[in-house]
Amino acid sequence: MNGMTITEKILARHSGRDRVSPGENVWVEVDVLLTHDICGPGTIGVFRREFGPKARVWNREKVVIIPDHYIFTADELSHRNVETLRQFTMEQELAYFYDPGTPGYRGVCHVALPEAGHVRPGEVIVGTDSHTCTHGALGAFATGIGNTDAGFVMGAGKILLKVPETMRFRFDGRAPDYIMGKDMILKVIGDIGFDGASYAAMEFSGSAIDALSIEGRMTICNMAIEAGGKNGIVAPDQKAVDYVRARTSKPFEVVTSDPDARVASDRVYDAAALEPCVAEPHLPSKYALARQRGDVKLDRAYIGSCTGGKIEDFVAAARVLKGRKVAIDTFLVPATCEVALALIETTIDGQSLVEVFADAGCLDIAPPSCAACLGGPIDTFGRTHGSEVVISTTNRNFPGRMGSKQASVYLASPLTVAASAITGRITDPREFLKQVHP
Amino acid sequence: MSTQSTPRFSARVYVAGDNIDTDQIIPAQYLNLVPTNPEEYIKLGSYALSGLPDGCAPFVPPPGPRSPYGIVIAGRNFGCGSSREHAPVALGAAGVRAIVAESYARIFFRNAVATGECYPFETAVRLLDRFQTGDEAEIDVPGATLTNRRTGEVFKLQPLGAVGPVVAAGGIFAYARQAGMLK
Ligand code: SF4
Repeated sequence: MNGMTITEKILARHSGRDRVSPGENVWVEVDVLLTHDICGPGTIGVFRREFGPKARVWNREKVVIIPDHYIFTADELSHRNVETLRQFTMEQELAYFYDPGTPGYRGVCHVALPEAGHVRPGEVIVGTDSHTCTHGALGAFATGIGNTDAGFVMGAGKILLKVPETMRFRFDGRAPDYIMGKDMILKVIGDIGFDGASYAAMEFSGSAIDALSIEGRMTICNMAIEAGGKNGIVAPDQKAVDYVRARTSKPFEVVTSDPDARVASDRVYDAAALEPCVAEPHLPSKYALARQRGDVKLDRAYIGSCTGGKIEDFVAAARVLKGRKVAIDTFLVPATCEVALALIETTIDGQSLVEVFADAGCLDIAPPSCAACLGGPIDTFGRTHGSEVVISTTNRNFPGRMGSKQASVYLASPLTVAASAITGRITDPREFLKQVHP
Repeated sequence: MSTQSTPRFSARVYVAGDNIDTDQIIPAQYLNLVPTNPEEYIKLGSYALSGLPDGCAPFVPPPGPRSPYGIVIAGRNFGCGSSREHAPVALGAAGVRAIVAESYARIFFRNAVATGECYPFETAVRLLDRFQTGDEAEIDVPGATLTNRRTGEVFKLQPLGAVGPVVAAGGIFAYARQAGMLK
């Protein structure tokens, strides 16, 4: 009998079985149900409608609510939605609610969830957000679900899942310092297409993945959904275990793939050969090399979101922007309060990142939230309103994603976005990094 | 949530393209509406497919809130993008009873079934050029066929299998109760 992949092992353990095979439908015990201000109120609505107005959630420590989408807006319905979450948290005595306007507020759920120690190797995480797949970076099975499924999980603690087949992506060799996780995942999506991993688990491995930080791995797993993947996952190593141990004392069990696990496909990349890239409008799979798109003139640059608004992303941008000036409006939105604080505390040659960005002429740093990553209410920071051409560290560039249907969005790594902000056209970051590291 | 027990129905067709993502189905600025609140459910319907590029025929012409189109015909990867259940809900609330696409994004498909908002039929044949927006069509649900009343052409759809009864019941909770799985 062949072995199992990490994904299969986790699903087997959570469904009380010795083994599961791709295609089987199994009832899986959930360790964490994540929801936010966009889908939380609807999930609560389903939960109450179906389980009754007096029902209790299945486990008050396993429902984690992180409002993050429509926080800094005058929109009244958005405020009402956060209030619904607040009331529900009190009524159900939930252990984890990161309330906007209080010191407990954190910011973007997919960066906040691991920061706060809610992501642990070997666990099953479901969330009412498609980028829940981010959490595979720490070796958990994590996937996005809708309100109705989430309402069921809230009451029952279980979900019926089809075991996905696993597609393996191996990055051998060493990625050069101008290559980031974003370049790696855009390459994969460009190769297999926007539905190339439909229903599949995407497992990332190889020496270049091992060399990435947890944040870099998060960027990669975050975008598994952009190829249609059910989950993205990286085998947890010591780095992952250390990251988790520093944030939670809860026990967990590290699960890795068997060497003889059967996979649906195997793709191997030479990390050293990768080049900085962009995804052109209006699909994350429209791969192009940054150096071949130098004729594209830009109106604005955007650094933020669960994909590209982590501290490592801002450090990368600052490496390029230090001592230089941006030529276009440059929007900076740290994903979480922890990232915002780190912008003040992290220095490059004695200068804080906040100062580097201010000197470069970037717009004032916005408070942590999803902001214009998904457009949002009309008054959202960074939202497009016309035919702007934007280069962004976010994850989607569908028509209207950042607000206006007429806008064009190019996705890229923070290094490429920063380099492009300086020139006002799509720019390969090597043009500037060469001078930093001669 | 709508109950769709009719095994056969006719409706006008709206033809959309490939990769119709959830932002085009329901733009993010309307995600402040909560699908389980009845008035907001209706409002979501009035914004269905309002994110399609300029130049597309309006899916919900004024004054709304319902669409004249009960069947959406699309290409590959319908419903890609976010996990927002607002997407199948908006279509269902606008009056869509079925979508016929070459393929779906996983979460959208599951949400369409879980909510019972619309039948997500798959077709092996590309239908985008076999229909025009406004054509009258008939779907036979158990027989899994789609007929273009204008041209008389009949297309075989993939059978819905286990998914059909769940949508017919009005979603997973209603189905589970009918089947005695839930009280
Ligand atoms: S930052 Fe963007 S992609 Fe991430 S959760 Fe927020 S809206 Fe979604």
